Amino acid sequence: MWTGIPLFPETASTMASRVDALYLFLLGVAGFFSLLIAGLIVFYAVRYRRQSPRSVGATIHGSVTLELTWTIIPFLITMVIFIWGASVFFAMARPPDDTLDIYVVGKQWMWKFQHLDGQREINELHVPLGRPTKLIMTSEDVIHDVFVPAFRVKADVLPGRYTNIWFQPTKAGRYHLFCAEYCGTRHSGMIGEVVVMEPTEYQAWLSGGPEGSLAENGAKLFESLACNTCHRPDAQGRGPTLDGLFGKMVKLQSGETITADEAYVRESILNPSAKITAGYQPIMPTFQGLVTEEQLLELIEYVKSLQATPVAAR
Amino acid sequence: MSSTVLSPPRHYLNDGYGVKSWLLTRDHKRIALLYLAGVTFFFFVGGAMAVLIRLELATPPGDLVSDETYNKLFTMHGVMMVFFFLIPAIPAVIGNFLVPIMIGAKDLALPKINLLSWYIYMVGGLFTLYALIAGGVDTGWTFYAPFSTASSTTNVIPTALGIFITGFSSILTGLNFIVTIHRMRAPGMTWFRMPLFLWSIYATSLINVLGTPVIAITILLVAAERLFHFGFFNPALGGDPVLFQHLFWFYSHPAVYIMVLPAMGVISELVAAGCRKPVFGYTFVAFASLAIAVVGFLVWGHHMFVAGESVYAALIFSILSFIVAVPSAVKVFNWTATMYQGAVSWETPMLYAYGFIGLFTIGGLTGLFLAAIGIDVHVTDTYFVIAHFHYIMVGGTIMGYLGGLHFWWPKMTGRLYNEGMAKVSAVIIFVGFNLTFFPQFILGYLGMPRRYHAYPPEFQVLNVLSSAGASILGIGYLIPMIYLMWSLRYGRLAGSNPWGAVGLEWTTTSPPPTENFETTPVVTWEAYDYGSTVEGHVA
Repeated sequence: MWTGIPLFPETASTMASRVDALYLFLLGVAGFFSLLIAGLIVFYAVRYRRQSPRSVGATIHGSVTLELTWTIIPFLITMVIFIWGASVFFAMARPPDDTLDIYVVGKQWMWKFQHLDGQREINELHVPLGRPTKLIMTSEDVIHDVFVPAFRVKADVLPGRYTNIWFQPTKAGRYHLFCAEYCGTRHSGMIGEVVVMEPTEYQAWLSGGPEGSLAENGAKLFESLACNTCHRPDAQGRGPTLDGLFGKMVKLQSGETITADEAYVRESILNPSAKITAGYQPIMPTFQGLVTEEQLLELIEYVKSLQATPVAAR
Repeated sequence: MSSTVLSPPRHYLNDGYGVKSWLLTRDHKRIALLYLAGVTFFFFVGGAMAVLIRLELATPPGDLVSDETYNKLFTMHGVMMVFFFLIPAIPAVIGNFLVPIMIGAKDLALPKINLLSWYIYMVGGLFTLYALIAGGVDTGWTFYAPFSTASSTTNVIPTALGIFITGFSSILTGLNFIVTIHRMRAPGMTWFRMPLFLWSIYATSLINVLGTPVIAITILLVAAERLFHFGFFNPALGGDPVLFQHLFWFYSHPAVYIMVLPAMGVISELVAAGCRKPVFGYTFVAFASLAIAVVGFLVWGHHMFVAGESVYAALIFSILSFIVAVPSAVKVFNWTATMYQGAVSWETPMLYAYGFIGLFTIGGLTGLFLAAIGIDVHVTDTYFVIAHFHYIMVGGTIMGYLGGLHFWWPKMTGRLYNEGMAKVSAVIIFVGFNLTFFPQFILGYLGMPRRYHAYPPEFQVLNVLSSAGASILGIGYLIPMIYLMWSLRYGRLAGSNPWGAVGLEWTTTSPPPTENFETTPVVTWEAYDYGSTVEGHVA
């Protein structure tokens, strides 16, 4: 068999085989109905070919039974596909709890990756084999999109908010990473590779990184921006304490209650008056333009680290 | 001579000569021909860009044109084809010609507005063409913010303004058709005696009137953000980029039905006449058009499954997208069933109908892949989507348009084209189309993103197949230009009813007189009444 034309992308994540299974089912459905319609058209066109220039067809107006049949059967089939497709999507949308988190910043026209240990890379993303990995992504300018065909995952990367995708690699190797949302002149150059490594190799690769983890860098920044004068661990400051904050519910002055997630921390740094914690004054200045997207991620990671054993601000 | 009998001394084409008699005409048939000239021009402009795109993609590196040029090419290809060919083509050309005749009226309800629509359309089109010549635009036809409002340095505003202007032409034409169908039907022409083409045009007009204002507003918001930095969409100004996508797709998904519903209407006419039989399940086909128009307004979010909308919004848009597929399937089954025990023709219009049903079926079924969110995440923004919507828009709309043009050409011009050449070109178009777009489904599942100027080498074989198909398709589109023009002078006279079809348009002469009918017809028969009144209609 000549295999010059590839038909399937590589299958390198737990999600890939689930997507492929649904895809094959749909190919079966689509193939069946395409052949049915094409077969009927060819058969009727030959069988009932016009015999003389004046002949007319039989007077048949329709059949309610048939109409109901070919309304209800396709409807039921589509509902099966809907439920199946939705269940795959749920799995894509709900990362497991113990993911390895990596931050992604897209900009025209490159990808920047920041690992928690402080490793940074551009257009190349190293991940360990077998470990559920979550990418927390934002953009510095326009909309981009992280797409790894071998993992069958994709999500837009938006300026001003965080989106994420997760995957669990099942095969070591190098895979394409594409920007899939048109982003300007060098859109097709905004590509990279995901390198899936054996966990031991991954550890070795990580240890070759620079000093200082993401959270440690965030702690330094927290001090140099003088955040620590108001946000103190003892809850005596002018701003709310951040210890144990991340992931918890926060009661706001407006009466709303929201979850302290990445988007909330980001907004509170850039636009502090948007969501005021109940019991505090709106006195915090904005840090818009003073911190980069990457520094924001370091600060977020620092806030995340203030859970059970806070990293001391040195 | 029989030709003097068949061709009356006075008809709409010789009722006045000279440029002024055309540019100031209020005759819906002449305005249809003005639109024919317009849409054909823009089709070949858009087509020329497609040729360059496919040439560039024949090799993996970006070597024929620069990335900047490539981005402008696919943008202007999309803009030209969507807004200046696909949306107006069938309603404004075939619909304009046929709506009054099919209901037994002398003209549309608002003939001056009809002419105004054409002028608005041409001004919008030429404005966009100016934007192209003056440097082009590189945002993609989707104009996603904040790229379009803050990043692109190209002619975004002139292009958008051209689309904005042309939108008013859609609205006015839609309004004109709605009023005409409500108010101008001949005695006895009840709603359920109308040809199904009119039901499709009616449903399309509703979408045009209700949907087009939304894209117009969206365009104004983009212009305001670009010019005055109002923060609607750009997060740096306090806006929301996803809001743009909601507004854009709220119009642009229904716009797909603006493009394909009229083609469905044409196919109903071709199948009935091609089989000399009533369309199977008339009322189901008629209401399927309305169901598509209504539900089609509620599915726009399926363009945004990976764009940052919530999981629950995605689920609702997914299930509604599956539901809107059902009436389309109903139509396909009904057309196929119409052939059963028909007197089935193999003439050119019917070949296009076969082609339409086959290609629309594949286009519709691949839509199910995209409605299934789990698969959509993988294939959205890839060539799978490109292939899918070209099967709907090219395989559907253009097949319907060309089929309709061949079917009613003898009525419009009074002449018959060369049937042999027409059949050959229909087959060339079908083969070329499939060779162009089928490989793109595979490319998409492999992961080739759309709007890529350069691509990894493993995708080359499929891209070469696609480019080869495009060259065949291009030839297929050029041949009708030749034999249709040729027929205007040398074609045999058509007579009033060359297909032996029923329907009011076949009871009047070819070409029809300016007032369409000598005396206002009184309709006493159902649509597609081949069984009982055939002797009264076949010339």
